Amino acid sequence: MVAQDAHDPHGNDPHAHAIHAHAAPTSFVRKYIFSLDHKVIGLQYYFLALTAVFVGMFLSLLMRIHMIWPTANLPLLGEIKPETYLSLLTMHGTIMVFFVLTTAPQGGFGNYFLPIQIGAPDMAFPVLNMLSFWTTFIAFVVILAAFFVTGGAPLHGWTGYAPLSALPSAGPGEQLGADLWITSIAIFCVASLMGALNFITTVLDLRAKGMTMMRMPLTVWSWFITAILGLLAFGVLLSAGILLLLDRNLGTSFYVPLVVVNGQIMGHKGGSPLLWQHLFWFFGHPEVYIAILPGMGVASQLISTFSRKPIFGYKAMVYAIMGIGFLGFMVWGHHMFMSGMSPYSAFAFSIMTMAIGVPSAIKTFNWLGTIRGGRVRFQTPMLYAIGFVSLFVSGGLSGPFLAQPVLDIPLHDTAFVVGHFHLIMGVAAIFGMFAGTYYWFPKMFGRMMNETWGRVHFFLTLAGTYAIFMPMHYLGMAGQPRRYSQFTELAYLQHLIPLNRFITYAAIVTISAQFIFVINLFWSMFKGPKASDNPWEATTLEWTTATPPPHDNFGGKTPVVYHGPYEYSVPGAPKDYVMQTDPATYPTH
Amino acid sequence: MAAFSSTVTITDQVVKDPKTGRGSGGTRPPLPGGGGGDRGGDGSSDHGERLRRTRLGLIVGLVASSMLFVSFTSVYVMRRGLPTLDDRTGGYVHDWLQVNLPTTLLLINTFLLLLSSITVELARRQITRQAALAPLRSIPGVSIGKERNFPWLGATVALGLAFLTGQWMAWRELGNRGFYLATSPSSSMIYVLTGAHALHLAGGLLVLLYAGATALRHKPVEDRRIVVDVTAWYWHFMALVWLYIFALLEFVR
Repeated sequence: MVAQDAHDPHGNDPHAHAIHAHAAPTSFVRKYIFSLDHKVIGLQYYFLALTAVFVGMFLSLLMRIHMIWPTANLPLLGEIKPETYLSLLTMHGTIMVFFVLTTAPQGGFGNYFLPIQIGAPDMAFPVLNMLSFWTTFIAFVVILAAFFVTGGAPLHGWTGYAPLSALPSAGPGEQLGADLWITSIAIFCVASLMGALNFITTVLDLRAKGMTMMRMPLTVWSWFITAILGLLAFGVLLSAGILLLLDRNLGTSFYVPLVVVNGQIMGHKGGSPLLWQHLFWFFGHPEVYIAILPGMGVASQLISTFSRKPIFGYKAMVYAIMGIGFLGFMVWGHHMFMSGMSPYSAFAFSIMTMAIGVPSAIKTFNWLGTIRGGRVRFQTPMLYAIGFVSLFVSGGLSGPFLAQPVLDIPLHDTAFVVGHFHLIMGVAAIFGMFAGTYYWFPKMFGRMMNETWGRVHFFLTLAGTYAIFMPMHYLGMAGQPRRYSQFTELAYLQHLIPLNRFITYAAIVTISAQFIFVINLFWSMFKGPKASDNPWEATTLEWTTATPPPHDNFGGKTPVVYHGPYEYSVPGAPKDYVMQTDPATYPTH
Repeated sequence: MAAFSSTVTITDQVVKDPKTGRGSGGTRPPLPGGGGGDRGGDGSSDHGERLRRTRLGLIVGLVASSMLFVSFTSVYVMRRGLPTLDDRTGGYVHDWLQVNLPTTLLLINTFLLLLSSITVELARRQITRQAALAPLRSIPGVSIGKERNFPWLGATVALGLAFLTGQWMAWRELGNRGFYLATSPSSSMIYVLTGAHALHLAGGLLVLLYAGATALRHKPVEDRRIVVDVTAWYWHFMALVWLYIFALLEFVR
């Protein structure tokens, strides 16, 4: 029995319609553009992020080309000037962090699958949900506009450190471009707050009968904790952004001290650049977990499903997510060891940062424990889940190095840091998204993605990302600074040019490999083999409903949950998996 | 209304409730405490559910809004204690000027806002009563008499507008005393904190006006009740935030 009808055997449950306050839309605009359906909104977020990731990837390609051929004359774009290089890295970081890593895992997959996985017909506030997507969309348009205004895109990096970000005279991109950048971030904050509110309320209030908190799939747990992090963090970034706009345009001095630009004394006085850094990183560090936690959820879900084993230590996994989320708010100072911080504060931040290693290790060992002894099915989604664990470990191991103030002094602002955070926050989260895409594609579009090309894509991407980011650790230890436009001119970095050239070649290959994914995605949408309702033989609620799920997710029925999310290979059960909605009992539990 | 849904509830428990008829051992039965899926199916309990959900959403939203004010407070406290380099003497000085607040005016504003908190509470109770009586009115032959309906909602909107006008006058007065946005970090923070609070209140006012407008368009009273109820709690919270801001500006100069 898949879903239980609470009231009437014909499936005409009046209550289901009562919860699902809005009827299925009929017009094209209400159905696909201003839709209230969380599934459509989820796909909108997903495709917004897909667009953004290609923009961000293109910018990184230009950066890599500029790094080894600084005077190359590119078709259409001409020669990349040093200040353009700074614009590229600013926009690459901002677009990737906000419009890809924050948008796709939470807004995309979370929107689509969180309500279904807890047995709800929709999010708690569908109109708010639509508003948060369209607000995000506006934020994306505003940030892209920064490329096209006088002076171009800002130069201050994705962290927007004042006073560079606060003074329009500080550089060409710091005029209107920087205002658009801050405005875009502020709009994005509002959108994320609305989204977080919706996610939290939905999880707390819309779970189906029997779906206790401790029966929620780990994906739901990770989206839930991510929403809490967003709720607490984005308000702070919003406040910081408002004050920055005031400093830039209305002459206040929150962040800008007495400063001289090109021999001119600026009107500001007494502001503290450190204040911006504190506020920014109080948001910025939780943001790292906002990006990575959903990937952890997906990895847990997939590793259990494809190993045909219950997740090792479900409760430990839940508490580890909470622990990571909690500690994530205690460590923002580790980004500021070089900014002039009391050694006592640095010590405290250092200890807290290394403490995050504990819940992270719990998760890693539980993933490995789940795979061990399982009958593992190495299909594409599972490959990406394992790839996620691999990148999470590789990127995570350099964390304790950077967490120590003494080691951070030489490594800060070098390529070592770039390698570290791209592995753990960038590519690991992207692997979580790939895993989610290959895993949920059959449910979203009713067809399977091509398995062979999926594997080719996986191995090229895995090898490619390691080839790009692993050498960066070495470059950093050899003293190559990040954010330098023309390091090829520096004598002491000459011997690092061949390695940099290798990284650029690897980036070109890896970026090219992503077209395999995009072609596979769109080709399979129309031409892939038809998928059954539960192609991976998984247990959670999205696999009990039709493919693709109907407007109210369960076709007028209300699912009732009897089991935890990871009951695989239960002795006595007729199959090697027990659906969460299976009312049968099995003696050994 | 439980009476109307009793039949449904009984059917629920006997036939469909998965807690009954479980065998020994094995799977744990579904526990209560799930979401809305296990409630009765008639209209009024659906309204109760939506009310509860919207209130929950409000609480979550207020956490986000609090973080904004917490963040501004930390800027206030940190910037206040920060010495700055003086370009004339080369020494460190404090550029945090003590602002002479128009305290009397702000006390009047505080009184108006607290009064509006009372009126919005009366509006909330009024519409709660109306919503509770709505099902009775639809029964033919039942008359529950005329009610005196004081326009508490309108009174709240008027008091809210009076408060915002009062705040605007306070900003004018600060300007007359020579404290503009960029004069000193202390005056910057005063404008930022009171401005953020005024924007929050203006948002609440818009929602109250929306509730009034839907009353004219004869929307179901239960729908309006949810809007008014949640906005009332929001309004109370914003009154508390104002007391907090006022105390901060008055006592931590």
